[in-house]
Amino acid sequence: MYSDKVMDHFTNPRNVGEIENASGVGTVGNAKCGDIMRIYLDIDDNHVIRDVKFKTFGCGAAIATSSMATELVKGKTIEEALEVTNKAVMEALDGLPPVKIHCSLLAEEAIHAALWDYATKNNIEIKGLKKPKSDIHEDEE
Amino acid sequence: MIYLDNAATTRVKKEVVNEMLPYFYEKYENASSIYKSAREVSKEVSEAREYIAKSINASSDEVYFTSGGCESDTWAIKGITSARKEKGKHIITSKIEHHAVLNACKALEKEGYVVTYLDVNEEGLIDPKTLEDAIREDTVLVSIMMANNEIGTIEPIKELASVCKKHNVLFHTDCVQAYGNMSIDVKDLGVDLLSISAHKVGGPKGIGLLYVRKGVMIDPLINGGSQERGKRGGTTNSAFIIGFKKAVELKLPNMEKNNEYVESLREHFIDRVLKEIPYSRLNGSREHRLPGNANISFRFIEGEGMLLKLDALGICASSGSACTSGSLDPSHVLLAIGLPHEIAHGSLRISINEDNTLEEIDYVVDSLVKIISDLRSMSPLYEDFVKKGE
Repeated sequence: MYSDKVMDHFTNPRNVGEIENASGVGTVGNAKCGDIMRIYLDIDDNHVIRDVKFKTFGCGAAIATSSMATELVKGKTIEEALEVTNKAVMEALDGLPPVKIHCSLLAEEAIHAALWDYATKNNIEIKGLKKPKSDIHEDEE
Repeated sequence: MIYLDNAATTRVKKEVVNEMLPYFYEKYENASSIYKSAREVSKEVSEAREYIAKSINASSDEVYFTSGGCESDTWAIKGITSARKEKGKHIITSKIEHHAVLNACKALEKEGYVVTYLDVNEEGLIDPKTLEDAIREDTVLVSIMMANNEIGTIEPIKELASVCKKHNVLFHTDCVQAYGNMSIDVKDLGVDLLSISAHKVGGPKGIGLLYVRKGVMIDPLINGGSQERGKRGGTTNSAFIIGFKKAVELKLPNMEKNNEYVESLREHFIDRVLKEIPYSRLNGSREHRLPGNANISFRFIEGEGMLLKLDALGICASSGSACTSGSLDPSHVLLAIGLPHEIAHGSLRISINEDNTLEEIDYVVDSLVKIISDLRSMSPLYEDFVKKGE
């Protein structure tokens, strides 16, 4: 059911981990539905994503889309990172089963949530970035 | 390959296949035909029917061959409600039934039937008192499984059936998981209808039976011809019936001895997992449990990833019911015993049989220890738990 690319990113996920004092952190999804993604961004003064890490609770597709999304935004400027859509993540993975498409949406939202966190902390506005709707905070259920 | 999914299906034994083969070549005649060679097939099917019927202490005219467990369950529910529609439109079942039963009930709800889905306790057991309280004047059928396919809980069928008898309500039990793993006596249990599938006991897929106690009126689900005494149309599936019989012949005489062995493997698995993997819990009842079933939830991880990683090591297992894969909801059985969604998502079912070995079980536990730790190391839920505690 999964493409070779999905299996590769599930079996050998890239950029797993945490970044201490990250420039931005975004957590989306909820455990009830079986998917939670957390993305850590390290952004330099030129607004370039120097490093990115993720942690994901979820199925094979959730882990693979997180891994691919981090690959796609690494080294990009925040404006370029905004253009990494769920479609781009899916295409890079050679597709997902229909029932797993929401995982790629979650990956896009996680990146946006981390960028939003960065923008809020630094009091800047990132053009085209909206407040993430499914962002959850650590102290919430 | 290490196969630990015997509740999903079992391997067909060579002896069973060899017994079936002549019915595709030399003995291919239609059992309903008039000539001698066909009469021979018909006689052998009758003998098989009698043998299988005896294995549940039924007589051969109480046994109807079907295409399997799903058909038997559907037929029991739709056939009885149809035959008794004058009496009422209320059905009772439980929240942890197989979808074969649940979806037949859901279909009847659309036709105006009212269905009560009984709660279970934290071990998955149904209290006969709860059943008695749910019975109404217009209740026509109660359907409760003998043993659960996901958590292996064995229900107190004798007590439940006796409650139904007292209130003059018919009782059906889905025996698909239990048959071949525990002794089944329809008279001792006091049930009116009982479903069995051959492929769970080393027989072929596509054959099963419905036991209907003598005197119980049931409408056909499949009309067709006069096969199965006019109750179930369709050309007699002689090869599969013969295979079914052979599987039973191989399985039942050794059942007690095998169960002891299978149970020792299961206990070894459960003990090791609970001891070596923190934040894991056994689902279901330790006491009232099918010999080969173990169902464990691991906190902070999601089941599919675990299954894929087990698969990569050649280990076949399941996360809840195989039928629920493809949907995103966690198992309805695990929710019914009170597990929160996120814990239900991280569950593993293994189903052992007599072909498995202790070495296999140890290999699976060793693999699980590593897999669970790997998945937790990338889980934000585990990260939060470690940082902040509960």
